Amino acid sequence: MTRNARWIWAAVLGLPLLAFACWGIWDNERLFFVTLLNGLTLASLYFIVASGFTLVFGLMRNVNLAHGSLYLLGGYVGYFVAEWSGYYVLALAVGFLAAALVGLVMQVAVFRFMQGEELRQTMVTIGLSIVMADLMLWIVSAQVHQMSAPDWLLGPIRDLPIIRAYSKFRISLLVIGVIIGVLLWLFLNRTRVGMMIRAGVDDRAMLAATGVNVNLVFAITFAIGAGLAGFGGVIGAVELSMVPGEDVRLLLACLIVVIVGGMGSVVGAAIGATILGVAETFGLAYTPTYSVVFTFVILVLVLAFRPRGILGRPA
Amino acid sequence: MSAAQWRHAMNAGAGRLAMGRRVPAPAATVRVPGATPAERRYLSLLAHIKARHVVVLLFVLAYPMFATPFLTYQIGAQSLALGLIVLSLTFLGGSGGMISLAQMSVAGVAGYMLAIFGSSGEPAISFGWPWWVAATIAVVIAIAAGTAVGWLSVRTEGIYTIMITLAVGVAFYHLCLQNYSIFNGFQGFQRVYAPTILGINFRDPMPFYYLALGCALGGYFLVKYVLRSPFGIALEGIRNNARRMNALGFAVTAHRVAAYAFAALLAAIGGLLFTWYNGLITPNSVGTSWLINVLIIAILGGLRHPIGPFIGAIVFVLLQNFAIDLIDRERFNLVIGGVFLAIVLFSPDGLIGIWATVKSKLITQRGGKS
Repeated sequence: MTRNARWIWAAVLGLPLLAFACWGIWDNERLFFVTLLNGLTLASLYFIVASGFTLVFGLMRNVNLAHGSLYLLGGYVGYFVAEWSGYYVLALAVGFLAAALVGLVMQVAVFRFMQGEELRQTMVTIGLSIVMADLMLWIVSAQVHQMSAPDWLLGPIRDLPIIRAYSKFRISLLVIGVIIGVLLWLFLNRTRVGMMIRAGVDDRAMLAATGVNVNLVFAITFAIGAGLAGFGGVIGAVELSMVPGEDVRLLLACLIVVIVGGMGSVVGAAIGATILGVAETFGLAYTPTYSVVFTFVILVLVLAFRPRGILGRPA
Repeated sequence: MSAAQWRHAMNAGAGRLAMGRRVPAPAATVRVPGATPAERRYLSLLAHIKARHVVVLLFVLAYPMFATPFLTYQIGAQSLALGLIVLSLTFLGGSGGMISLAQMSVAGVAGYMLAIFGSSGEPAISFGWPWWVAATIAVVIAIAAGTAVGWLSVRTEGIYTIMITLAVGVAFYHLCLQNYSIFNGFQGFQRVYAPTILGINFRDPMPFYYLALGCALGGYFLVKYVLRSPFGIALEGIRNNARRMNALGFAVTAHRVAAYAFAALLAAIGGLLFTWYNGLITPNSVGTSWLINVLIIAILGGLRHPIGPFIGAIVFVLLQNFAIDLIDRERFNLVIGGVFLAIVLFSPDGLIGIWATVKSKLITQRGGKS
């Protein structure tokens, strides 16, 4: 694409958005900024869950369609831990560990034996997600499990400019999202294991040839990816709620985030999550019936111009 | 690409292929002195028919005579209608190498359009046009939708296709769920019944069974025919090596999109039958569980042969109806998920694969003994 074409496209896509933003601010300043914040906090949840998904895909080419089930699992475990102990932070940790453990078992017991058979792995994850969803439905029943935020995050922050007041918990989501992002970046760019993972994303065979225990790296990555889903689940148990069916919703969000952002790229996941989260909340706030259509239009636009996603590279 | 260009691209590919392909003479050609070429072709076709084909055909034709109306309608007709929808996925996945999870959505589009243009329990939305007008429009719109899904997803390959079609399918489900002006939201359309033609009420089990059987047989032989046509061979070539086929001058994208369009035709007809079978179409009919069920049935039966989806559908429907007796009704998903996992883990070619393995083992045993 030449420079001029790029500018033209930026103008075609950007100007209507800019016009909408101006109109939104002029029309109802508070609604606009509250929606924007809601979008960003939702994006933060999407990012946490989708970064695990994209990490696993990037290294192992394994589309883990059971990722939504791991999210639900983490949420339920977190819910019961929080109810039993009363500590939110403990719930977060246990939710992460529980999902990571299940992910580890999946990798070691199943996926190790079908290395390189991508389609078959995907089928297996579909089967696993059905079985896991039904088992969880059996154990915890279909009723809504809504976790309440811990006391120190309860209630609004007051006296903000323009939007006046905003939920403390949702702001904390934004912070957690940024922290997870920074930690992931540090892990991938500053540690030895992270270096191996990045090398594995680029060339698995070469990584194995240099004497690295690839199976171990795979297991660690899968555990972290699954754990992030569980971690997101505990957050989602407060922000959204835990019902059978949420797993599919989050899985869909993950899919769209990584398709838009580019598979295997954590930065891409952040970009994709921001776009999806903001678009979804603005859609819900301004045109409730057609919010799904927005998501769909974004998907089509990205696929039409960048089939591998915004930051995607050839597989 | 315009329609004319597109047709040209397809024809160019087909012609080149037919020239290069050597069709092996059937081994069992019947030589009859004095037979015209047409008669000879007819006889060589007959030579392909084996005892099991005749047995299966007679069985499915005679089935409603000795089965109860419940077995005819719930098991027989449902398996056939479902099998036809799954056949579209088997065609795409087996010969095109494209696993699309949106086939149930395409079938759902046909069902919704049938309810919207035809008559249903929602006279405020439904146009109430005659059934054949509504059915034709429904099929055309579903083909357009299927082609659009194809156009969107052929830019990607393998697992990406699964993800994109799943995203499209779930997005369609949410659209149906949230939109009240066209899709009537959560309720969908009730009382979408099969028509009465020439005094035959197709809502009755036996006529409906034969209607479904006719469509299923038509779809089955159409797929067999297309697979052997130059287009089908080119599609298999593209599945095996898209780059090489591209280098040979085939329009890879056009072939793939055309495959999606053909699959959409099968899915649309299956969708019409399935909507009539249920008598309703709701967002649940195109929900995630059904998107996945279509894949499960396809994998269960096996992607290698167009009979696979029907075998898979029969097993699926039998499990659905009789798993209640084995275990709790609520645990159907556990059973079907477990069966699916077992098939994927131990027999990637599905039930057909098991049959093939058993057959080859029997043959080698017999060969070893004699």
